[in-house]
Amino acid sequence: MTTIVTENCKNCRFTDCVTVCPVACFHYDDEMLYIDPDTCIDCSACIPECPVQAIFEGDDIPEDQEQWIEINAEKAPDLPVCEEQMEPLPGAEERKAALGF
Amino acid sequence: MSTLGTEENPLLVAIVGSGPSGFYAAEALIKSEVNVKVDTLERLPSPYGLVRSGVAPDHQKLKQVIALYQKTADSPDFNLIANVNVGTDITIEELCQSHHAVIITSGAETDRKLGVPGEDLNGSYTATEFVGWYNGHPDYRDREFDLSHEVAVIIGQGNVAADVSRILAKTVDELKHTDIAQHALDTLAESKIKEIHVIGRRGPAQAKFTPKELREFGELSDCNSIVREEDMLLNSESEAELQEKSNIASKKIYEQFCEFSKREVDPAKSRNCYFNFLMGPKELIGETKLEKIILEKNQLSGEAFKQSARGTGETIELETGILFRSIGYRGVPIAGVPFHESWGTIPNENGRITDNDGNIIPKLYAAGWIKRGPSGIIGTNRACSVETVQCLLEDLEKLADKTNKAGAEEIYSILNKKNIRYVNFDDWKKVDAKEIEVGDPKGKPREKFTYVDEMLSVIDS
Repeated sequence: MTTIVTENCKNCRFTDCVTVCPVACFHYDDEMLYIDPDTCIDCSACIPECPVQAIFEGDDIPEDQEQWIEINAEKAPDLPVCEEQMEPLPGAEERKAALGF
Repeated sequence: MSTLGTEENPLLVAIVGSGPSGFYAAEALIKSEVNVKVDTLERLPSPYGLVRSGVAPDHQKLKQVIALYQKTADSPDFNLIANVNVGTDITIEELCQSHHAVIITSGAETDRKLGVPGEDLNGSYTATEFVGWYNGHPDYRDREFDLSHEVAVIIGQGNVAADVSRILAKTVDELKHTDIAQHALDTLAESKIKEIHVIGRRGPAQAKFTPKELREFGELSDCNSIVREEDMLLNSESEAELQEKSNIASKKIYEQFCEFSKREVDPAKSRNCYFNFLMGPKELIGETKLEKIILEKNQLSGEAFKQSARGTGETIELETGILFRSIGYRGVPIAGVPFHESWGTIPNENGRITDNDGNIIPKLYAAGWIKRGPSGIIGTNRACSVETVQCLLEDLEKLADKTNKAGAEEIYSILNKKNIRYVNFDDWKKVDAKEIEVGDPKGKPREKFTYVDEMLSVIDS
Protein backbone atom coordinates (compact mmCIF):
# COMPACT_ATOMS: atom_id res chain seq x y z
CA MET A 1 0.00 0.00 0.00
CA THR A 2 1.14 3.52 -0.76
CA THR A 3 -0.44 6.86 -0.02
CA ILE A 4 0.35 9.65 -2.48
CA VAL A 5 -0.33 13.29 -3.33
CA THR A 6 -1.50 13.77 -6.92
CA GLU A 7 -2.16 16.38 -9.62
CA ASN A 8 -4.86 18.38 -7.78
CA CYS A 9 -2.37 19.62 -5.17
CA LYS A 10 -0.34 21.40 -7.87
CA ASN A 11 -0.62 25.18 -7.42
CA CYS A 12 -2.98 24.73 -4.44
CA ARG A 13 -0.84 23.33 -1.63
CA PHE A 14 -3.51 23.87 1.02
CA THR A 15 -1.50 21.77 3.55
CA ASP A 16 -4.56 20.87 5.70
CA CYS A 17 -3.28 17.28 5.49
CA VAL A 18 -0.07 18.17 7.30
CA THR A 19 -1.80 19.00 10.59
CA VAL A 20 -3.10 15.44 11.03
CA CYS A 21 -0.08 13.53 9.77
CA PRO A 22 1.11 11.44 12.74
CA VAL A 23 4.61 10.95 11.34
CA ALA A 24 5.41 14.24 9.51
CA CYS A 25 5.90 12.55 6.14
CA PHE A 26 4.83 15.48 3.91
CA HIS A 27 7.54 17.35 1.99
CA TYR A 28 7.07 20.43 -0.17
CA ASP A 29 8.40 22.39 -3.10
CA ASP A 30 7.12 25.61 -4.72
CA GLU A 31 4.21 23.80 -6.35
CA MET A 32 2.83 21.09 -4.11
CA LEU A 33 3.33 18.47 -1.39
CA TYR A 34 4.75 14.97 -1.69
CA ILE A 35 4.57 11.99 0.69
CA ASP A 36 7.72 10.12 1.64
CA PRO A 37 6.63 6.47 1.34
CA ASP A 38 9.39 5.34 3.70
CA THR A 39 8.00 7.43 6.56
CA CYS A 40 4.26 7.22 5.81
CA ILE A 41 2.39 4.55 7.79
CA ASP A 42 -0.69 4.54 5.49
CA CYS A 43 -3.01 5.63 8.28
CA SER A 44 -5.09 7.63 5.77
CA ALA A 45 -5.84 10.45 8.24
CA CYS A 46 -4.80 13.00 5.58
CA ILE A 47 -7.13 11.77 2.85
CA PRO A 48 -10.39 13.39 4.06
CA GLU A 49 -8.52 16.62 5.00
CA CYS A 50 -7.59 17.62 1.45
CA PRO A 51 -10.01 20.26 0.14
CA VAL A 52 -9.27 19.22 -3.47
CA GLN A 53 -9.12 15.43 -2.89
CA ALA A 54 -5.56 15.16 -4.13
CA ILE A 55 -4.53 12.33 -1.78
CA PHE A 56 -5.18 8.70 -2.61
CA GLU A 57 -4.16 5.41 -1.10
CA GLY A 58 -3.56 1.92 -2.47
CA ASP A 59 -6.40 0.54 -4.54
CA ASP A 60 -8.11 3.92 -4.64
CA ILE A 61 -5.39 5.56 -6.73
CA PRO A 62 -7.04 6.43 -10.07
CA GLU A 63 -5.29 4.87 -13.06
CA ASP A 64 -4.52 8.23 -14.65
CA GLN A 65 -2.72 9.32 -11.46
CA GLU A 66 -0.49 6.28 -11.00
CA GLN A 67 2.61 8.12 -12.25
CA TRP A 68 2.47 10.08 -8.99
CA ILE A 69 3.52 7.00 -6.99
CA GLU A 70 7.01 7.31 -8.46
CA ILE A 71 7.05 11.11 -8.36
CA ASN A 72 6.22 11.18 -4.62
CA ALA A 73 8.86 8.58 -3.84
CA GLU A 74 11.53 10.35 -5.90
CA LYS A 75 10.90 13.93 -4.87
CA ALA A 76 9.92 13.73 -1.19
CA PRO A 77 13.19 12.61 0.42
CA ASP A 78 15.24 15.55 -0.93
CA LEU A 79 12.68 18.26 -0.12
CA PRO A 80 12.08 19.99 3.24
CA VAL A 81 9.49 18.46 5.60
CA CYS A 82 6.25 20.40 5.94
CA GLU A 83 5.37 20.07 9.63
CA GLU A 84 2.93 22.91 10.06
CA GLN A 85 0.14 24.28 7.96
CA MET A 86 1.32 26.94 5.49
CA GLU A 87 -0.59 29.62 3.58
CA PRO A 88 -2.06 28.09 0.42
CA LEU A 89 -0.35 29.18 -2.81
CA PRO A 90 -1.67 32.37 -4.45
CA GLY A 91 -4.58 31.43 -6.68
CA ALA A 92 -5.30 28.24 -4.71
CA GLU A 93 -8.94 29.15 -4.07
CA GLU A 94 -9.51 29.85 -7.79
CA ARG A 95 -7.90 26.56 -8.72
CA LYS A 96 -10.02 24.76 -6.13
CA ALA A 97 -13.17 26.26 -7.66
CA ALA A 98 -11.97 25.36 -11.17
CA LEU A 99 -11.50 21.75 -9.99
CA GLY A 100 -15.13 21.75 -8.92
CA PHE A 101 -14.67 21.82 -5.14
CA MET B 1 12.65 35.26 39.43
CA SER B 2 13.54 35.26 35.75
CA THR B 3 11.01 34.91 32.96
CA LEU B 4 9.38 31.50 32.66
CA GLY B 5 10.57 29.32 29.81
CA THR B 6 14.24 30.31 29.93
CA GLU B 7 17.28 28.17 30.61
CA GLU B 8 17.42 29.34 34.25
CA ASN B 9 13.68 28.93 34.73
CA PRO B 10 12.33 26.29 32.33
CA LEU B 11 8.60 25.73 31.92
CA LEU B 12 7.78 22.52 33.79
CA VAL B 13 4.84 20.61 32.35
CA ALA B 14 3.35 17.35 33.63
CA ILE B 15 1.46 15.32 31.03
CA VAL B 16 -0.99 12.70 32.25
CA GLY B 17 -1.00 9.80 29.79
CA SER B 18 1.57 8.57 27.27
CA GLY B 19 -0.68 7.77 24.32
CA PRO B 20 -0.51 9.61 20.99
CA SER B 21 -2.01 12.84 22.40
CA GLY B 22 0.45 12.88 25.29
CA PHE B 23 3.39 12.34 22.95
CA TYR B 24 2.19 14.96 20.45
CA ALA B 25 1.77 17.45 23.30
CA ALA B 26 5.29 16.64 24.55
CA GLU B 27 6.68 16.97 21.01
CA ALA B 28 4.99 20.35 20.47
CA LEU B 29 6.34 21.65 23.80
CA ILE B 30 9.87 20.40 23.18
CA LYS B 31 9.94 21.81 19.64
CA SER B 32 8.67 25.22 20.80
CA GLU B 33 10.89 28.28 21.32
CA VAL B 34 10.38 27.96 25.05
CA ASN B 35 12.80 26.15 27.34
CA VAL B 36 10.73 23.30 28.71
CA LYS B 37 10.94 20.13 30.78
CA VAL B 38 8.21 17.57 30.25
CA ASP B 39 7.36 14.84 32.76
CA THR B 40 4.89 12.34 31.30
CA LEU B 41 3.01 10.16 33.77
CA GLU B 42 1.64 6.80 32.67
CA ARG B 43 -0.50 4.31 34.57
CA LEU B 44 1.14 1.20 33.05
CA PRO B 45 4.87 0.42 32.92
CA SER B 46 4.52 0.55 29.10
CA PRO B 47 3.99 3.77 27.11
CA TYR B 48 2.09 4.54 23.86
CA GLY B 49 -1.52 4.02 25.00
CA LEU B 50 -3.85 2.85 22.27
CA VAL B 51 -1.05 2.50 19.70
CA ARG B 52 0.12 -0.43 21.81
CA SER B 53 -3.18 -1.68 23.20
CA GLY B 54 -5.83 -0.41 20.77
CA VAL B 55 -4.46 -0.53 17.21
CA ALA B 56 -5.18 -4.03 15.92
CA PRO B 57 -2.28 -6.49 15.89
CA ASP B 58 -2.74 -7.09 12.15
CA HIS B 59 -2.20 -3.36 11.52
CA GLN B 60 1.52 -3.39 12.30
CA LYS B 61 2.36 -0.59 9.89
CA LEU B 62 0.29 1.87 11.93
CA LYS B 63 2.34 0.97 14.98
CA GLN B 64 5.44 2.32 13.23
CA VAL B 65 4.28 5.71 14.50
CA ILE B 66 6.03 4.63 17.72
CA ALA B 67 9.39 5.43 16.08
CA LEU B 68 8.40 9.10 16.16
CA TYR B 69 7.36 8.93 19.82
CA GLN B 70 10.68 7.29 20.63
CA LYS B 71 12.44 10.27 19.08
CA THR B 72 10.49 12.59 21.40
CA ALA B 73 11.25 10.34 24.36
CA ASP B 74 14.98 10.45 23.58
CA SER B 75 15.01 14.24 23.99
CA PRO B 76 16.83 15.36 27.16
CA ASP B 77 13.78 17.50 27.92
CA PHE B 78 11.46 14.47 28.11
CA ASN B 79 11.04 12.24 31.12
CA LEU B 80 8.71 9.27 31.59
CA ILE B 81 7.32 8.42 35.02
CA ALA B 82 5.38 5.24 34.37
CA ASN B 83 3.52 2.69 36.49
CA VAL B 84 1.97 5.61 38.38
CA ASN B 85 -1.76 6.18 38.71
CA VAL B 86 -2.64 9.87 38.69
CA GLY B 87 -5.55 10.47 41.02
CA THR B 88 -4.51 7.82 43.55
CA ASP B 89 -0.68 7.48 43.62
CA ILE B 90 -0.30 11.21 43.07
CA THR B 91 -2.99 13.86 42.88
CA ILE B 92 -3.64 16.54 40.29
CA GLU B 93 -3.20 19.07 43.09
CA GLU B 94 0.29 17.72 43.78
CA LEU B 95 1.17 17.93 40.08
CA CYS B 96 -0.01 21.55 40.06
CA GLN B 97 2.38 22.18 42.97
CA SER B 98 5.37 20.52 41.32
CA HIS B 99 4.80 21.84 37.78
CA HIS B 100 3.72 25.08 36.10
CA ALA B 101 1.04 23.35 34.05
CA VAL B 102 -0.63 19.96 33.71
CA ILE B 103 -1.97 18.53 30.44
CA ILE B 104 -4.45 15.67 30.76
CA THR B 105 -4.31 13.24 27.84
CA SER B 106 -5.93 10.25 29.52
CA GLY B 107 -8.08 9.27 26.55
CA ALA B 108 -11.46 7.57 26.63
CA GLU B 109 -11.02 4.43 28.65
CA THR B 110 -14.50 3.04 28.83
CA ASP B 111 -17.41 2.18 26.51
CA ARG B 112 -20.76 3.82 26.08
CA LYS B 113 -23.62 1.60 27.18
CA LEU B 114 -26.38 0.34 24.89
CA GLY B 115 -29.00 1.07 27.52
CA VAL B 116 -31.09 -2.05 26.82
CA PRO B 117 -32.27 -4.82 29.16
CA GLY B 118 -29.87 -7.76 29.49
CA GLU B 119 -26.82 -5.70 28.56
CA ASP B 120 -24.85 -7.04 31.53
CA LEU B 121 -25.61 -10.71 30.90
CA ASN B 122 -22.67 -13.06 30.84
CA GLY B 123 -21.61 -13.28 27.19
CA SER B 124 -22.22 -9.58 26.50
CA TYR B 125 -18.92 -7.71 26.41
CA THR B 126 -17.50 -4.32 25.56
CA ALA B 127 -15.22 -3.94 22.56
CA THR B 128 -12.71 -2.32 24.95
CA GLU B 129 -12.36 -5.51 27.00
CA PHE B 130 -11.88 -7.69 23.94
CA VAL B 131 -9.47 -5.32 22.19
CA GLY B 132 -7.47 -4.89 25.42
CA TRP B 133 -7.42 -8.66 25.86
CA TYR B 134 -6.12 -9.57 22.42
CA ASN B 135 -3.64 -6.71 22.59
CA GLY B 136 -2.22 -7.87 25.93
CA HIS B 137 -3.36 -4.92 28.08
CA PRO B 138 -2.71 -5.92 31.73
CA ASP B 139 -6.19 -4.70 32.81
CA TYR B 140 -7.84 -7.27 30.56
CA ARG B 141 -5.26 -10.06 30.68
CA ASP B 142 -7.39 -12.42 32.71
CA ARG B 143 -10.72 -11.82 31.00
CA GLU B 144 -12.28 -14.94 29.55
CA PHE B 145 -14.19 -14.95 26.30
CA ASP B 146 -16.29 -17.97 25.50
CA LEU B 147 -15.86 -18.51 21.76
CA SER B 148 -17.64 -21.87 21.80
CA HIS B 149 -20.79 -20.43 20.17
CA GLU B 150 -21.33 -20.43 16.43
CA VAL B 151 -22.86 -16.96 16.23
CA ALA B 152 -21.21 -13.73 17.38
CA VAL B 153 -22.81 -10.29 17.28
CA ILE B 154 -20.99 -6.96 17.09
CA ILE B 155 -23.01 -3.81 17.68
CA GLY B 156 -21.50 -0.81 15.92
CA GLN B 157 -20.46 0.54 12.53
CA GLY B 158 -17.06 2.07 13.20
CA ASN B 159 -13.45 0.96 12.97
CA VAL B 160 -13.40 -0.67 16.41
CA ALA B 161 -16.40 -2.81 15.45
CA ALA B 162 -14.48 -3.66 12.27
CA ASP B 163 -11.34 -4.60 14.24
CA VAL B 164 -13.26 -6.90 16.59
CA SER B 165 -15.12 -8.55 13.69
CA ARG B 166 -11.97 -9.00 11.64
CA ILE B 167 -10.03 -10.58 14.51
CA LEU B 168 -12.91 -13.05 14.98
CA ALA B 169 -13.01 -13.68 11.21
CA LYS B 170 -9.33 -14.33 10.70
CA THR B 171 -7.59 -17.67 10.95
CA VAL B 172 -4.73 -18.33 13.33
CA ASP B 173 -2.42 -18.34 10.30
CA GLU B 174 -3.53 -14.81 9.48
CA LEU B 175 -2.74 -13.63 13.01
CA LYS B 176 0.20 -15.67 14.26
CA HIS B 177 2.90 -13.39 12.84
CA THR B 178 1.41 -10.24 14.39
CA ASP B 179 2.01 -9.01 17.95
CA ILE B 180 -1.33 -10.44 19.14
CA ALA B 181 -1.04 -11.69 22.73
CA GLN B 182 -0.31 -15.41 22.91
CA HIS B 183 -3.20 -16.13 25.31
CA ALA B 184 -5.60 -14.56 22.78
CA LEU B 185 -4.15 -16.48 19.86
CA ASP B 186 -4.54 -19.73 21.81
CA THR B 187 -8.20 -18.97 22.59
CA LEU B 188 -8.95 -17.83 19.03
CA ALA B 189 -7.42 -21.06 17.72
CA GLU B 190 -10.23 -22.94 19.49
CA SER B 191 -12.98 -20.58 18.30
CA LYS B 192 -16.16 -22.22 17.04
CA ILE B 193 -17.55 -19.00 15.61
CA LYS B 194 -18.97 -19.48 12.13
CA GLU B 195 -21.25 -16.48 11.77
CA ILE B 196 -20.34 -12.92 12.63
CA HIS B 197 -23.13 -10.35 12.53
CA VAL B 198 -22.14 -6.70 12.43
CA ILE B 199 -25.19 -4.63 13.38
CA GLY B 200 -25.50 -1.00 12.27
CA ARG B 201 -28.15 1.41 13.47
CA ARG B 202 -28.17 3.32 10.19
CA GLY B 203 -27.68 2.37 6.55
CA PRO B 204 -24.69 1.51 4.35
CA ALA B 205 -24.34 5.18 3.35
CA GLN B 206 -23.83 6.22 6.98
CA ALA B 207 -21.40 3.52 8.18
CA LYS B 208 -18.33 5.00 9.84
CA PHE B 209 -15.69 2.48 8.80
CA THR B 210 -12.76 3.88 6.88
CA PRO B 211 -12.77 2.61 3.28
CA LYS B 212 -9.43 0.93 3.80
CA GLU B 213 -10.59 -0.96 6.89
CA LEU B 214 -13.71 -2.18 5.09
CA ARG B 215 -11.69 -3.30 2.07
CA GLU B 216 -9.80 -5.73 4.30
CA PHE B 217 -13.02 -7.71 4.72
CA GLY B 218 -12.82 -8.54 1.04
CA GLU B 219 -9.42 -10.14 1.49
CA LEU B 220 -10.02 -12.60 4.33
CA SER B 221 -8.67 -16.09 3.67
CA ASP B 222 -11.43 -18.13 5.32
CA CYS B 223 -14.41 -15.79 5.71
CA ASN B 224 -17.03 -14.48 3.27
CA SER B 225 -18.18 -10.89 3.70
CA ILE B 226 -21.90 -10.84 3.02
CA VAL B 227 -24.26 -7.94 2.37
CA ARG B 228 -27.88 -8.38 1.27
CA GLU B 229 -28.56 -6.77 -2.09
CA GLU B 230 -31.84 -5.28 -0.87
CA ASP B 231 -29.94 -3.45 1.88
CA MET B 232 -28.14 -1.49 -0.83
CA LEU B 233 -31.33 0.33 -1.84
CA LEU B 234 -31.09 3.89 -0.55
CA ASN B 235 -33.67 6.51 0.27
CA SER B 236 -33.40 9.79 -1.63
CA GLU B 237 -31.70 11.55 1.31
CA SER B 238 -28.95 8.92 1.44
CA GLU B 239 -28.59 9.15 -2.35
CA ALA B 240 -28.12 12.90 -1.95
CA GLU B 241 -25.50 12.34 0.76
CA LEU B 242 -23.45 10.14 -1.56
CA GLN B 243 -23.76 12.67 -4.41
CA GLU B 244 -22.05 15.32 -2.29
CA LYS B 245 -18.49 15.60 -3.57
CA SER B 246 -16.93 16.07 -0.14
CA ASN B 247 -18.52 12.85 1.10
CA ILE B 248 -16.18 10.69 -0.96
CA ALA B 249 -15.31 8.33 1.92
CA SER B 250 -18.97 7.33 2.40
CA LYS B 251 -19.29 6.79 -1.34
CA LYS B 252 -16.29 4.45 -1.32
CA ILE B 253 -17.71 2.55 1.64
CA TYR B 254 -21.07 2.22 -0.07
CA GLU B 255 -19.40 0.97 -3.27
CA GLN B 256 -17.45 -1.59 -1.26
CA PHE B 257 -20.65 -2.86 0.35
CA CYS B 258 -22.23 -3.06 -3.13
CA GLU B 259 -19.30 -5.14 -4.28
CA PHE B 260 -19.77 -7.49 -1.30
CA SER B 261 -23.50 -7.76 -2.06
CA LYS B 262 -22.75 -9.00 -5.57
CA ARG B 263 -20.17 -11.58 -4.52
CA GLU B 264 -20.88 -15.27 -4.69
CA VAL B 265 -20.60 -16.81 -1.25
CA ASP B 266 -17.67 -19.23 -1.30
CA PRO B 267 -18.92 -22.41 0.45
CA ALA B 268 -15.36 -23.56 1.00
CA LYS B 269 -14.84 -20.75 3.49
CA SER B 270 -15.72 -21.77 7.02
CA ARG B 271 -16.90 -18.39 8.31
CA ASN B 272 -19.38 -15.77 7.16
CA CYS B 273 -19.41 -12.14 8.25
CA TYR B 274 -22.77 -10.45 7.68
CA PHE B 275 -23.09 -6.68 7.59
CA ASN B 276 -26.60 -5.81 8.77
CA PHE B 277 -28.05 -2.32 8.47
CA LEU B 278 -30.94 -0.32 9.92
CA MET B 279 -31.17 -2.43 13.05
CA GLY B 280 -30.65 -1.78 16.72
CA PRO B 281 -30.54 -3.95 19.83
CA LYS B 282 -33.78 -3.93 21.81
CA GLU B 283 -33.14 -6.62 24.37
CA LEU B 284 -30.57 -9.24 25.28
CA ILE B 285 -32.14 -12.43 26.57
CA GLY B 286 -30.78 -15.35 28.55
CA GLU B 287 -31.30 -17.27 31.78
CA THR B 288 -27.83 -17.00 33.24
CA LYS B 289 -25.98 -16.09 30.08
CA LEU B 290 -26.72 -14.54 26.71
CA GLU B 291 -28.88 -16.78 24.52
CA LYS B 292 -30.42 -14.45 22.00
CA ILE B 293 -30.79 -10.85 20.99
CA ILE B 294 -33.95 -9.07 19.92
CA LEU B 295 -33.19 -6.57 17.19
CA GLU B 296 -35.56 -3.85 16.09
CA LYS B 297 -35.60 -2.74 12.48
CA ASN B 298 -34.99 0.96 11.98
CA GLN B 299 -35.86 3.51 9.36
CA LEU B 300 -34.09 6.76 8.65
CA SER B 301 -35.78 10.09 9.08
CA GLY B 302 -34.63 13.65 8.65
CA GLU B 303 -32.86 15.58 5.93
CA ALA B 304 -29.64 14.49 4.21
CA PHE B 305 -26.61 14.38 6.56
CA LYS B 306 -28.92 14.71 9.56
CA GLN B 307 -30.75 11.43 9.23
CA SER B 308 -31.38 9.57 12.44
CA ALA B 309 -32.50 5.98 12.95
CA ARG B 310 -35.90 5.32 14.48
CA GLY B 311 -37.33 1.98 15.51
CA THR B 312 -40.20 0.69 13.33
CA GLY B 313 -41.56 -1.70 15.96
CA GLU B 314 -40.74 -4.68 13.76
CA THR B 315 -38.37 -7.04 15.55
CA ILE B 316 -36.28 -10.06 14.67
CA GLU B 317 -34.54 -12.55 16.92
CA LEU B 318 -31.03 -13.83 16.55
CA GLU B 319 -29.64 -16.68 18.63
CA THR B 320 -26.16 -15.84 19.83
CA GLY B 321 -23.92 -16.63 22.76
CA ILE B 322 -21.46 -13.78 22.48
CA LEU B 323 -21.93 -10.08 21.83
CA PHE B 324 -19.57 -7.11 21.70
CA ARG B 325 -20.79 -3.55 21.91
CA SER B 326 -18.77 -0.93 20.10
CA ILE B 327 -20.88 2.19 19.92
CA GLY B 328 -18.35 4.70 21.18
CA TYR B 329 -16.08 5.45 24.06
CA ARG B 330 -16.20 7.66 27.13
CA GLY B 331 -13.50 9.21 29.24
CA VAL B 332 -13.13 8.35 32.92
CA PRO B 333 -13.13 11.19 35.48
CA ILE B 334 -9.89 12.04 37.31
CA ALA B 335 -10.14 13.25 40.91
CA GLY B 336 -9.60 17.00 41.07
CA VAL B 337 -10.52 17.65 37.41
CA PRO B 338 -13.98 18.72 36.21
CA PHE B 339 -15.86 16.19 34.10
CA HIS B 340 -18.77 16.48 31.70
CA GLU B 341 -20.88 13.50 32.66
CA SER B 342 -23.04 13.25 29.54
CA TRP B 343 -20.23 13.82 27.03
CA GLY B 344 -17.68 11.73 28.90
CA THR B 345 -15.02 14.41 28.39
CA ILE B 346 -13.32 17.16 30.41
CA PRO B 347 -14.98 20.54 29.76
CA ASN B 348 -12.51 22.84 28.00
CA GLU B 349 -12.02 25.75 25.66
CA ASN B 350 -9.54 24.82 22.92
CA GLY B 351 -7.74 22.71 25.52
CA ARG B 352 -7.92 25.08 28.49
CA ILE B 353 -9.85 23.13 31.13
CA THR B 354 -12.92 24.91 32.48
CA ASP B 355 -15.37 24.16 35.26
CA ASN B 356 -18.85 23.08 34.21
CA ASP B 357 -19.90 26.74 34.00
CA GLY B 358 -17.18 27.53 31.46
CA ASN B 359 -14.77 29.35 33.80
CA ILE B 360 -11.16 28.60 32.87
CA ILE B 361 -9.19 26.81 35.58
CA PRO B 362 -5.59 28.06 35.55
CA LYS B 363 -2.76 25.55 34.96
CA LEU B 364 -4.98 22.72 33.72
CA TYR B 365 -5.14 21.68 30.06
CA ALA B 366 -6.50 18.71 28.09
CA ALA B 367 -5.75 17.14 24.71
CA GLY B 368 -6.90 14.16 22.68
CA TRP B 369 -10.03 12.09 23.26
CA ILE B 370 -10.54 13.32 26.83
CA LYS B 371 -10.69 16.85 25.34
CA ARG B 372 -12.83 16.40 22.24
CA GLY B 373 -14.38 12.94 22.57
CA PRO B 374 -13.45 9.71 20.82
CA SER B 375 -13.27 10.79 17.18
CA GLY B 376 -10.63 10.71 14.50
CA ILE B 377 -7.57 8.55 14.13
CA ILE B 378 -4.03 8.75 15.51
CA GLY B 379 -3.00 11.78 13.46
CA THR B 380 -6.12 13.75 14.37
CA ASN B 381 -4.68 13.95 17.87
CA ARG B 382 -1.59 15.73 16.64
CA ALA B 383 -3.58 18.78 15.53
CA CYS B 384 -5.54 18.57 18.79
CA SER B 385 -2.44 18.50 21.02
CA VAL B 386 -0.77 21.28 19.02
CA GLU B 387 -3.82 23.49 19.65
CA THR B 388 -3.67 22.82 23.39
CA VAL B 389 0.06 23.51 23.57
CA GLN B 390 -0.43 26.78 21.67
CA CYS B 391 -2.96 27.88 24.31
CA LEU B 392 -0.60 26.85 27.09
CA LEU B 393 2.27 28.85 25.58
CA GLU B 394 0.01 31.90 25.16
CA ASP B 395 -0.67 31.65 28.91
CA LEU B 396 3.02 31.57 29.80
CA GLU B 397 3.00 34.81 31.79
CA LYS B 398 0.04 33.66 33.86
CA LEU B 399 1.72 30.33 34.57
CA ALA B 400 4.82 31.95 36.10
CA ASP B 401 4.84 31.11 39.77
CA LYS B 402 6.44 32.98 42.65
CA THR B 403 7.48 29.78 44.37
CA ASN B 404 10.16 27.52 42.95
CA LYS B 405 8.93 24.44 41.14
CA ALA B 406 10.80 21.22 41.80
CA GLY B 407 9.28 19.27 38.87
CA ALA B 408 10.11 15.57 38.67
CA GLU B 409 12.10 15.62 41.94
CA GLU B 410 8.98 16.54 43.85
CA ILE B 411 6.98 13.78 42.13
CA TYR B 412 9.71 11.25 43.01
CA SER B 413 9.73 12.34 46.62
CA ILE B 414 5.95 11.90 46.88
CA LEU B 415 6.08 8.47 45.20
CA ASN B 416 9.03 7.33 47.33
CA LYS B 417 7.21 8.28 50.52
CA LYS B 418 4.30 6.11 49.42
CA ASN B 419 6.63 3.31 48.33
CA ILE B 420 5.37 3.43 44.76
CA ARG B 421 7.57 1.76 42.20
CA TYR B 422 7.96 3.98 39.15
CA VAL B 423 9.46 3.18 35.79
CA ASN B 424 11.45 5.49 33.48
CA PHE B 425 11.99 5.36 29.72
CA ASP B 426 15.28 3.45 29.99
CA ASP B 427 13.47 0.82 32.08
CA TRP B 428 10.82 0.57 29.39
CA LYS B 429 13.51 0.12 26.73
CA LYS B 430 14.60 -3.05 28.55
CA VAL B 431 11.05 -4.41 28.42
CA ASP B 432 10.75 -3.38 24.77
CA ALA B 433 13.97 -5.16 23.81
CA LYS B 434 12.96 -8.29 25.72
CA GLU B 435 9.53 -8.41 24.05
CA ILE B 436 11.15 -8.22 20.62
CA GLU B 437 13.64 -10.92 21.60
CA VAL B 438 10.90 -13.28 22.83
CA GLY B 439 8.73 -12.66 19.75
CA ASP B 440 11.50 -13.25 17.23
CA PRO B 441 11.69 -17.08 17.22
CA LYS B 442 7.90 -17.20 16.73
CA GLY B 443 8.09 -14.86 13.75
CA LYS B 444 6.25 -12.17 15.71
CA PRO B 445 7.33 -8.53 15.84
CA ARG B 446 7.18 -8.86 19.63
CA GLU B 447 5.58 -11.00 22.33
CA LYS B 448 4.01 -8.60 24.79
CA PHE B 449 4.35 -9.01 28.52
CA THR B 450 0.79 -8.90 29.73
CA TYR B 451 1.27 -8.67 33.48
CA VAL B 452 2.72 -5.61 35.22
CA ASP B 453 4.81 -7.88 37.48
CA GLU B 454 6.37 -9.57 34.43
CA MET B 455 7.43 -6.19 33.06
CA LEU B 456 8.88 -5.13 36.41
CA SER B 457 10.87 -8.34 36.75
CA VAL B 458 12.36 -7.80 33.26
CA ILE B 459 13.40 -4.33 34.41
CA ASP B 460 14.95 -5.78 37.58
CA SER B 461 16.80 -8.58 35.79
